[in-house]
Amino acid sequence: MINPLQMLGQRALDSLARLGRSALFSVRVAASVGPALMRPGLILSQIYSVGVLSLPIIVVAGLFVGMVLGLQGYTTLVDFGAEESLGSAVALTLVRELGPVVTGLLYAGRAGSALTAEIGLMKATEQLSGMEMMAVDPHRRVMAPRFLAGWLAMPLLACIFTAVGILGGYFIGVGLLGVDDGAFWSQMQASVDLREDVINGVLVKSIAFGLVANVIAIFEGNDAVPTSEGVSRATTRSVVNTSLAILGLDFVLTALMFGDL
Amino acid sequence: MRNSRALEIAVGVFVALAVAAFLLLALQVSDLSSLGQTDGYTVSARFSNVGGLKVRSPVTMAGVRIGRVSAIRFDESAFEGVVEMRIDPRYTQLPADTSASILTSGLLGEQYVGLEPGGSLDSLEAGSQIEFTQSAFVLEKIIGQFLFSKASEGAE
Repeated sequence: MINPLQMLGQRALDSLARLGRSALFSVRVAASVGPALMRPGLILSQIYSVGVLSLPIIVVAGLFVGMVLGLQGYTTLVDFGAEESLGSAVALTLVRELGPVVTGLLYAGRAGSALTAEIGLMKATEQLSGMEMMAVDPHRRVMAPRFLAGWLAMPLLACIFTAVGILGGYFIGVGLLGVDDGAFWSQMQASVDLREDVINGVLVKSIAFGLVANVIAIFEGNDAVPTSEGVSRATTRSVVNTSLAILGLDFVLTALMFGDL
Repeated sequence: MRNSRALEIAVGVFVALAVAAFLLLALQVSDLSSLGQTDGYTVSARFSNVGGLKVRSPVTMAGVRIGRVSAIRFDESAFEGVVEMRIDPRYTQLPADTSASILTSGLLGEQYVGLEPGGSLDSLEAGSQIEFTQSAFVLEKIIGQFLFSKASEGAE
């Protein structure tokens, strides 16, 4: 009777402690952001590894998501003779929801996991302790540049994903299924608003997701148990937690932006 | 790790791509766009009601698209809508007494301008105005007229 209760209490205390550690860690990384900006070379090489190297998966995924939206939207809309609205359907879906969310999920899988594994392995091989021995602050040298680079890369990736997706929908709708070219774009332009949909949807959401995804990925790496099993667990936790956080945050942001709550 | 020059170029390309993507979203996808075809010639037509016609809606003759609506404005002196259409430069032989009507593709589809050729030997030129027009079909008005005529039939 007592043992299950003790386990429950232990887990609750563990979670609480992790939450506290992550908050303290976030504050330390945020405090290191200023000094990290003095070393743009470090940030640049991280943008290369989280941004440029994520481009292939983002472009391919965006193209296919857009093409599927074009096909599915067409088969539904053609029943009502409203296939001219395909442009606005594809664009609104991508700009408001799928663009930032799928980019965030792909980012968690492609770049977030790599960040966690890298930092976890640095910790396991005592590179982080080595830096501290040499009076180099690993928060400034390792964490903050990665955090900044990831945070910057996310909105850029989301813009590319959304634009490629809309082009994919265009290829399928106009190129393959014969929707009128002008009606496709004019209906899209009539229903998509720059401030309400593009800035709010793509940019604000992806900036929020970038913040959350990178804080979680870097924290999980730093918090990993320094063994090979610990690093593998941390990587899994990083992807799972980031995905859940993005989906939950997306609901809150959508309710605030587009819902009348 | 690549050498720093290649790395900087790669990051530069990445950022440029993202800016291009954002510009596409801003200019082509949302309503900031004013990009259109610039070739062809423009004719105008006056309608007492343009309905749901939009800029860039198709202009057709015999069901084939021959141009697009380039501008829609309101003429306050005549209380009419003025629709300007840019016709493809390939089609220069449209009769001067062509008539224009605003039609709907399907029951709920988009509205477009349908042109019906007249018999004149003169052709429409840049800046000329189509004299014979028929306004958009407004469902509520038609239903109202139908109900009214039914009611007056019943009263007889």
